Amino acid sequence: MIPVCRLEDLPAGESVRLDTTPPVAVFNADGALYAVDDTCSHQDASLSEGWLEGCLVECPLHAASFDLRTGEPTCLPARRPVRTHRVSVVDGTIHVHLTDPTVTPVPASAPLTAAASLSAPASLAASGSSAGRAPMTGEGSAA
Amino acid sequence: MNTVTVVGASLAGLYAARELRAQGFDGRLVMVGAEPYLPYDRPPLSKSFLTATATTAVTDASTITALDAATPTVTDRATGTAAHPPYASAPEDHLALTDPEEIADLAAEWLLGTRATGLDQRGRAVLLDDGRTVVTDGVVVATGASARRLPGPQPAGVHTLRTLADARALRADLTCGPRRVVVIGGGFIGAETASSCVALGHDVTVVEAAPLPLLPQLGPDMALFCADLHRKGGARLLTGTGVAGLHRMAPASASGVADPGTPRLGPSNRAPSSPSGISDRPDPSDRPDLSGHVTAVELSDGRVLPADVVVVGIGAVPNTSWLSGTSLTVSDGVLCDGGCVTSLAQVVAVGDVARVDGVRAEHWTSATEQPRVAVRNLLAARTVEPVAALPYFWSDQYGSRIQFAGHRLADATVRIAEGSPDDGGFLALYEHAGRVTAALAVDCPRPFMRARRELRVRQATAA
Ligand SMILES: Cc1cc2nc3c(=O)[nH]c(=O)nc-3n(C[C@H](O)[C@H](O)[C@H](O)COP(=O)(O)OP(=O)(O)OC[C@H]3O[C@@H](n4cnc5c(N)ncnc54)[C@H](O)[C@@H]3O)c2cc1C
Ligand code: FES
Repeated sequence: MIPVCRLEDLPAGESVRLDTTPPVAVFNADGALYAVDDTCSHQDASLSEGWLEGCLVECPLHAASFDLRTGEPTCLPARRPVRTHRVSVVDGTIHVHLTDPTVTPVPASAPLTAAASLSAPASLAASGSSAGRAPMTGEGSAA
Repeated sequence: MNTVTVVGASLAGLYAARELRAQGFDGRLVMVGAEPYLPYDRPPLSKSFLTATATTAVTDASTITALDAATPTVTDRATGTAAHPPYASAPEDHLALTDPEEIADLAAEWLLGTRATGLDQRGRAVLLDDGRTVVTDGVVVATGASARRLPGPQPAGVHTLRTLADARALRADLTCGPRRVVVIGGGFIGAETASSCVALGHDVTVVEAAPLPLLPQLGPDMALFCADLHRKGGARLLTGTGVAGLHRMAPASASGVADPGTPRLGPSNRAPSSPSGISDRPDPSDRPDLSGHVTAVELSDGRVLPADVVVVGIGAVPNTSWLSGTSLTVSDGVLCDGGCVTSLAQVVAVGDVARVDGVRAEHWTSATEQPRVAVRNLLAARTVEPVAALPYFWSDQYGSRIQFAGHRLADATVRIAEGSPDDGGFLALYEHAGRVTAALAVDCPRPFMRARRELRVRQATAA
């Protein structure tokens, strides 16, 4: 579990990059928190610098777009997903729970990975993990 | 339409094939490609591909990848049977533009390692270099461009960089210890190659005929900034001087001793310089023996730069020779209307080879954006939609990422809208008559994306 920043320091529409290996991008997409691998699955660009629209982020280099809920690309040139990571808020601090890097992402077509909603504290511990983790851990708290 | 033939199986050709299927064409799709590979991506060839460490390099034989296994329709021209294209895996896997599933979905006939040599008058038959003819209803011309070369034979150690084969050969020359590398031409490919060579620890000099590299593309202020990238990055940049010729070793029989006395285009017989500063007269000493390795580059001002490796980056020439004798108009590219349609309604052109509404863009993004419109017009048998794309390209040099979008007008002024060229990233806007017409960013992706979007909206509303 990696602390990211205070919830109030990541306002809606903003993103932050974690210097993990590999780096992770954390987004506040209109009040929902998501974390995905920061490096675009196409080539070498940082998704935390991308263009956020709803729960899609557009890569700043060749405009591939990724669904933050699943990590799946929604258009070319990307053809592979980026890994998603679970996000939680503990005592007002955002945390990322890294998905095991050795796990290959499975296309998450089923909407089991609901996004965290800032207005609904109970669901804050959202999981983008497609590795079969329980989406909720109950440790989330927006307060 | 029963048969569509895509000539040129690279970026624009692949996107055209995708669009044909996506837009409902379910007839026979033939892909003719001169290179023996499935479509691969060129931009990494001057960047990550060159700097990838030698330990990850692999031989072709040991690395048949998934790309091969699922390509039953790839035909070996020698045997006429299904073939495994020599597509290597890591580090070359990341160059692949497609995968076995997509190849299967496209259900195309891939004639790889096969060159189109002609098109009949009405564009109904594509002639191939193995003597076969593909009778077709529609043609997508996607033959791209080839690297322009120096005149005369190319001594060993002298490279151009356009294809995977070029990049492999150059990389092999760059993995035998520190070298003196001379890059001729300071354009994007020259600059990226120079940057990669510096990263590999070589001693690098870039020679540019113009007073500044990239002047026509970026204008004086930003061209100056990019020139400084070379200096700050650790390469020498010599501007305002052309190349008179190359020195090379005497042929191998003469015990491999350097033969400095005979530049191939000596001062006395130097051909008049072309605008690029590169003489285009054939080499007067057109010797059959190419074994002599390059030893130096002689400049038109008389200076001689010792060199072990020379990279020639002086632009690209559109591949149109196979179209001579057709009714298509060719003038530095295949002339098309704004919808990529040529003078024959059933022949469209896309990518680096296409001069669309007077403009030939040599950008990756154009090659990916034009095919949707071109295919729509091809299937409609007339121009129903023009290309509305805003020009965009990027370049990675010395750890900096340059992004450019829009149209730079000749007397535009440049305003720094964000950051500063003196430290870190910045966004520069090109303004003309009070309007922003282009944007350039260096390590400033978010603001650049905003500017690019605004330019796109403005272009759409102006249209
Ligand atoms: C080293 C390098 C770096 C680049 N970096 C960037 C960058 O950073 N940013 C950017 O925007 N752009 C970049 N580009 C440009 C970009 O790669 C091109 O714009 C793009 O490849 C054009 O695609 P295309 O399919 O039109 O042509 P090409 O990629 O040239 O493909 C044409 C294909 O047609 C084949 N062909 C030719 N003649 C025949 C024939 N008669 N019959 C059958 N096949 C034929 C060729 O062998 C080739 O495979 C770079 C290019 C190079 C070479
Ligand atoms: S690097 Fe992200 S789309 Fe190419």
